[in-house]
Amino acid sequence: MARAVSKNAKLRNTAIAGSVGFLMFLPILWVVILSFKTEEDAIRAPLEVLFSSGWTTENFATVQARSDYLKHFSNSVIIAVGSTLLGLLIAIPAAWSMAFVPTKRTKDVLMWMLSTKMMPPVGALVPIYLIFRDTGLLDSRIGLMFILMLINLPIIVWMLFTYFREIPNEILEATRMDGARLWNEIVEVLAPMAIPGIASTLLLNIILAWNEAFWTLNLTAAKAAPLTAFIASYSSPEGLFYAKLSAASVMAIAPILIMGWFSQKQLVRGLTFGAVK
Amino acid sequence: MATKASRTAARLMMSPAVLLLFGWMIVPLVLTVYFSFLRYNLLTPSGNPFVWFENYYWFVTDPSFTAAMINTLVLVGWVLLITVIGGILFSLLLDLPMFGQGVIRIMMIAPFFVMPTVSALVWKNMFMNPVNGFFGQIAAGLGLPPIDFFGQYPLMSVIIIVSWQWLPFATLILFTAMQSLDQEQLEAAEMDGARPITRFLYIVLPHLARPITIVVLIQTIFLLSVFAEILVTTNGGPGTSTTNLTYLIYVSSLLQFDVGMGSAGGVIAIILANIVAVFLMRMIGKNLSL
Amino acid sequence: MKVMSALLGAAAMVALGMTAANAAEITIATVNNNDMIVMQKLAPQWEKATGNKINWVVLEENVLRQRTTQDISTKGGSFDIMFIGAYETPIWGALGWLAPLDDFAKDEKYDLKDIFQLVRNGLSAKGSLYAVPLYSETSFTYYRTDLFKKAGITVPKEQITYDQFKEMAAKLHDPKNGIFGTCQRGKAGWGENMAFVGTMANAFGARWFDMDWKPQLTSPEWKAAITYYVDLMQKYGPPGPTGNGHNENRALFKDGKCATWVDATSAANDIRNPKNSKVADTTDFFQAPKQVTDKGTGWFWSWALAIPASSKKIDVAKDFLKWATSKEYFQMVGETEGWVAVPSGTRASIHDDPRLLKAAPFAATIKDAIFSVDPANPTRDKVPYTGVQFVAIPEFQGIGNYVGQQVAAALAGQITVDKQPGIRNSRNDQGWLHQVINLPGGRSFGIGRFLRYSC
Repeated sequence: MARAVSKNAKLRNTAIAGSVGFLMFLPILWVVILSFKTEEDAIRAPLEVLFSSGWTTENFATVQARSDYLKHFSNSVIIAVGSTLLGLLIAIPAAWSMAFVPTKRTKDVLMWMLSTKMMPPVGALVPIYLIFRDTGLLDSRIGLMFILMLINLPIIVWMLFTYFREIPNEILEATRMDGARLWNEIVEVLAPMAIPGIASTLLLNIILAWNEAFWTLNLTAAKAAPLTAFIASYSSPEGLFYAKLSAASVMAIAPILIMGWFSQKQLVRGLTFGAVK
Repeated sequence: MATKASRTAARLMMSPAVLLLFGWMIVPLVLTVYFSFLRYNLLTPSGNPFVWFENYYWFVTDPSFTAAMINTLVLVGWVLLITVIGGILFSLLLDLPMFGQGVIRIMMIAPFFVMPTVSALVWKNMFMNPVNGFFGQIAAGLGLPPIDFFGQYPLMSVIIIVSWQWLPFATLILFTAMQSLDQEQLEAAEMDGARPITRFLYIVLPHLARPITIVVLIQTIFLLSVFAEILVTTNGGPGTSTTNLTYLIYVSSLLQFDVGMGSAGGVIAIILANIVAVFLMRMIGKNLSL
Repeated sequence: MKVMSALLGAAAMVALGMTAANAAEITIATVNNNDMIVMQKLAPQWEKATGNKINWVVLEENVLRQRTTQDISTKGGSFDIMFIGAYETPIWGALGWLAPLDDFAKDEKYDLKDIFQLVRNGLSAKGSLYAVPLYSETSFTYYRTDLFKKAGITVPKEQITYDQFKEMAAKLHDPKNGIFGTCQRGKAGWGENMAFVGTMANAFGARWFDMDWKPQLTSPEWKAAITYYVDLMQKYGPPGPTGNGHNENRALFKDGKCATWVDATSAANDIRNPKNSKVADTTDFFQAPKQVTDKGTGWFWSWALAIPASSKKIDVAKDFLKWATSKEYFQMVGETEGWVAVPSGTRASIHDDPRLLKAAPFAATIKDAIFSVDPANPTRDKVPYTGVQFVAIPEFQGIGNYVGQQVAAALAGQITVDKQPGIRNSRNDQGWLHQVINLPGGRSFGIGRFLRYSC
């Protein structure tokens, strides 16, 4: 039963919510604005920056020339997508079995998996660093893909688990009773129903891997350095640097923001881990 | 009804994940424990003698340790508080009828997708810098002395940055939960004359109990190991005011090159994290009806 | 036709592969100081000439030191060339972690002898050279000639004391008009704030260790130095000092916000460059202040290029090292960036070049200042170590960083400078020393652990 809400009330709500949203978004908006200003303009008072200074695209060119954005960008893409796909490969079977062939210990196993995520990465840094050194994996994309896969695996398994559980058991039983083999069960029945869940999981974990800043900073030097390292090189100023930092930031976060914007619905499902309807 | 064949198949399918995670857990753990019993300094490569619990003793009696523990708790506690309360308020706001809800929602959610290093750098330089930053310029324009965020309130500044990043996450989960609230129940209560506050406390809030526990669980997992924001803004300082346990271990292992002591810290952190994990899992496991 | 194009394509690939096989890729770790950025800009010329490619890893100073130390001590092999300084080079060279560069002496075109002996000594260990300098520096006082004139302060011709310096800062401090009496390093780090604080402590008669290697941080001299530092910065410095390292202060000074600045001579070529700096015409220098002694009142540092012994491309790296510190390189900087921008403190021939002397007359002052420093005698009282603003032992990075954090905390008003300190010394059989300094109010900070240094 819809209640009629007055237009004035709606406008008032829009104003309040809009201001709050705007304030949350302000840092991002501000960075985008500054990236189009010259260095001298970027440190002036906010109103002056907005209204009495020119716009320029020179910062983006400088940043690309100085630190090769494209190389870092491609590293980020390869590492984030690669580690997530690898994780999916391992997690899908695991989640399937936990969802459809549950045992008494399933819940404990799941909780244990999640608890591995609580391990502080710093404690493992030196051992992992030494192992990577000895196996030649330092500063390699494969090594990083492997580590990021491991730290996201619990989340991937858990998300897939909750999605798979939503699939009604009756359908699977019906398929089984029709004498279908396991393979058919998976491909023809399960997969289509699971695609949205898998998509959400994929997207969320790509974002988590993209933004991961501990392992990517400590295990790479130059060849495999993703965008997190790219930004780190702008973290301390030589002279005026706000505009360059803004441009570098925009270049670093734009891909994810765009991807997030286009895939909102899936992400909302993903973020709620399917445990909230 | 699972057949024996499918149960074996199930176990096989689970094994790669379980084995990998088990290895991931065990291998660094064993090595870390091993290193923690050695005197192993990267800069003095003259044999690594066993010293058993000496590293643990020095790590725990170091004054930075207590400070780090407290800072970790303060950081996690405040961020949880701000994000949960903020998330509830934002969700209530978004739930109201308005124009352009989609756009506003995107604006509120965007901070979650920004890289932590970028967030920290942007906040530190473009906003909190007392001379050239946004807040500093506004203060100067109003004739007020600028606040030196990272000098005077370092931990609070870090908390602000981390909360800004996680608020969208809490908002999203709580908002989605709110959308599944039974509108009829709310309207019936309203017609019965219940005030908004009462409706909120007795209908909305209980419905949100489960999502709130999820938010707390997931955020705690990530917040215990906040690292990049501290590294990029304050390097744990001034003094130890923004050093949390993760950062303290980093300082020991990598800045003082004392792998032995850093590993001892790592083992302690793992033990503590597991204690917290057990607590949380018990709390959450109940609510998730697995 | 298809077969032909396929064959051509394959031939091209093979040819490309062959040239690619000769081309090497080297990775250089550097700090993001101005002169290194210039090198990054000019490096493509070397790349084109040799066909090699450079991967630049540019990091903030504290992070750079941590990453390079970690890499070299674990033989990680991530970097082929590193920018290190007068502190790391002798220590790492003695440990065999760096590739010796003695064969540079045989290269006549390179002319190793042209590089100042004092600088080369600072970059050698056990008689071998382990790094070649891009620039060397000591510290002196930058000041604004216009502001001094306006305030009626006479420019000192002799070395003044820190007390006199504070009086000057007080007269010049004008925050309403955006001028701060003095800007100094406050960012925590053994190479950041402790470089300045340590040097100043020398002037106050303090020392890190006595001849028995007992730490002296609770001595009245240290207390006087740190009390002075905190007072000076809080009264006459810019807001947010704990975030300001060398680069941040340089930016502030160039932007006209500081009346005085005691810091590295190597920034002079940037400050006096009208392209980069608003105060290029109104800046001059005088000696860094003393207090109870004039020993160790100017530090000594060199940013130099070194090659980890674990690098697999030592020959290529050596070639780059030679290029980047050659006479031709400095001349190239002079021609492309302007002679005022040429880094100082490295080669005699460059310092005598009339083009440099015309554009940068201060270069002579800098050279004399550097030559007057004696890292072997840095303090009023005798000490068992060398180094003006650091202690040349491996543990110093950890100790210096830790103390730097505490000093920054004191500057931020978070802990009080000790009043009646108590020292708890504990020592086990193997000689590990752990010292904790107790501050009033129940707070304390520990010096961490360090090994008894035996020569």
